[in-house]
Amino acid sequence: MTDKIIGIGNAWRGDDGAGAAVAERLREMGIDAEAQDGDGAELMESWKGCDGAIIIDAAVSGAPPGVVHRFDAAESEIPKRFFRYSSHLFGVAEAVETARLLGRLPKRLIVYGIEGANFNLGSPMSPEVEKAVTETAALIKGELDHA
Amino acid sequence: MTKSKSRTIKVDALARVEGEGALDLHIKDGVIKNIKFRIFEPPRFFEAFLRGRAYSEAPDITARICGICPIAYIMGASQAMEDALGVTVSGPLRDLRRMIYCGEWIESHVLHAAMLHAPDFLGLDDALQIAAADPALVEKALRLKKLGNTILEVIGGRAIHPVNLKVGGFYKAPAKAAVRGLAGELEWGVKASRELVLAFGGFDFPDYNHDYTFVSLHHPDEYAIHEGDIISNRGLDIPVRGFLEHFDEEHVRHSNALHGMMRDGAAYLVGPLARYNNNYKQLSSLAKKTAKAVGLGAVCTNPFQSILVRMIEVIYACEEALRIAESYEEPDSSCVEVTPGRGEGHGCTEAPRGICYHRYRLGDDGRILDARIVPPTAQNQKQIEADLRGIVERNMSLSDDKLKWRCEQAIRNYDPCISCATHFLKLTIKRD
Repeated sequence: MTDKIIGIGNAWRGDDGAGAAVAERLREMGIDAEAQDGDGAELMESWKGCDGAIIIDAAVSGAPPGVVHRFDAAESEIPKRFFRYSSHLFGVAEAVETARLLGRLPKRLIVYGIEGANFNLGSPMSPEVEKAVTETAALIKGELDHA
Repeated sequence: MTKSKSRTIKVDALARVEGEGALDLHIKDGVIKNIKFRIFEPPRFFEAFLRGRAYSEAPDITARICGICPIAYIMGASQAMEDALGVTVSGPLRDLRRMIYCGEWIESHVLHAAMLHAPDFLGLDDALQIAAADPALVEKALRLKKLGNTILEVIGGRAIHPVNLKVGGFYKAPAKAAVRGLAGELEWGVKASRELVLAFGGFDFPDYNHDYTFVSLHHPDEYAIHEGDIISNRGLDIPVRGFLEHFDEEHVRHSNALHGMMRDGAAYLVGPLARYNNNYKQLSSLAKKTAKAVGLGAVCTNPFQSILVRMIEVIYACEEALRIAESYEEPDSSCVEVTPGRGEGHGCTEAPRGICYHRYRLGDDGRILDARIVPPTAQNQKQIEADLRGIVERNMSLSDDKLKWRCEQAIRNYDPCISCATHFLKLTIKRD
């Protein structure tokens, strides 16, 4: 039950803020969750010493906006192209795969990707993505409850 | 390539350039018809919403322009306000400012050089492959970057968007034990950064030199980081408040960011290469010795070697931070008292990517009437375009894939912080 929960995103960039919004939602539910801006190197530091981690980020795979992807990153590689919309250059996918190569991956690592459509500066989040944020927070709560 | 042949290549992820932008390159019969480097930049919005805010809010608001170099914005804004309100920050508070700035240089430079730029020289597609090819190097780079972040945490309260800095100094002076406690890791940092320079020194650097106009800060007593006058290698020497008299920005149709230029319209270069060339003499002997070991003298005009210069600056930054940490005593007061009032002030510091200029006008109550911020990447844009033109001209015979690679590598020479909050660069090559 020591899973670290980290939501990645930039609230100023429309759907990019989805991950950070999930973290916010979880905190409202009394669950400890952190929001970060997507610096992969920082991410690798944050799960250090944790048995498990759950990461939430915006994704772009071509699926309709609001679709929620779930990857068991401890089991297999996460598709890099999904997460190229991480706000920073060395992003989530790079952090996960670099950590795998360096033997720094937590034992359990779940990555949620929320499909986004609009990443424009100053845009609000798409309604489908808003809905997916609530849905993802509930999924994570369920996951923690059943752990 | 001499056949009249049309090809369009579109690459939609230059993932290792922070931000969002595009490069459109049009080649006709072996001649560049058009080259446009476009970037999208948010600081302009900040200038508008700073109006009406209190002088004391500018550092924290502008820090949000960049998650990688918040210190540059915090300090540029603070110094401009101090200039407007007649405040001088000196002694241990000035030292702490210099030290936290060293932290920002370390984390920013190392991430760029080791994780984003080095893969270009190793022929690797991305940062992941470098972790597979040389895990020890990546471990070293990550530990160095963490050291930079730790300096920001210890002095600034936290690593991303530090909260402990203000106009006049700090909210709370960091504890002596915490600052001095960084010495051991900084000693390691000096050695580790030197090893990285030597490792990168073996790279094959494309043969491209340019007679740049280098613009940087210069301080009489130290390698300028957070204070100084503005100088160039062509004899310019002006106080920070003279910036707008000598430098200008123009709107270009193909980009929503402004392109910086000298008043006569010429491009100029800011950043590590400019600092190195203008202030080489003030580097430490270890930094100079290491530069020499990888074939760099007092002058470096090959932009591809900026990866070496960045890491040489990391050696220097570790040494400087170590020097300050070892002699740190807690100051009597964490800040200089500031009385709000009317005034105009200018501030300029050396962000990792180059000089970042701020100017504010304040009303009687210390509220901001007008703000002007000129970030480094905007200043370099015109020069980036000129370099790309030169590099494409020399590499016309390369296949589209290889040419694209070379252009990406060239763009990364500048570590362009196109806009911190955005994503990717589209690269299009069209040949007719």
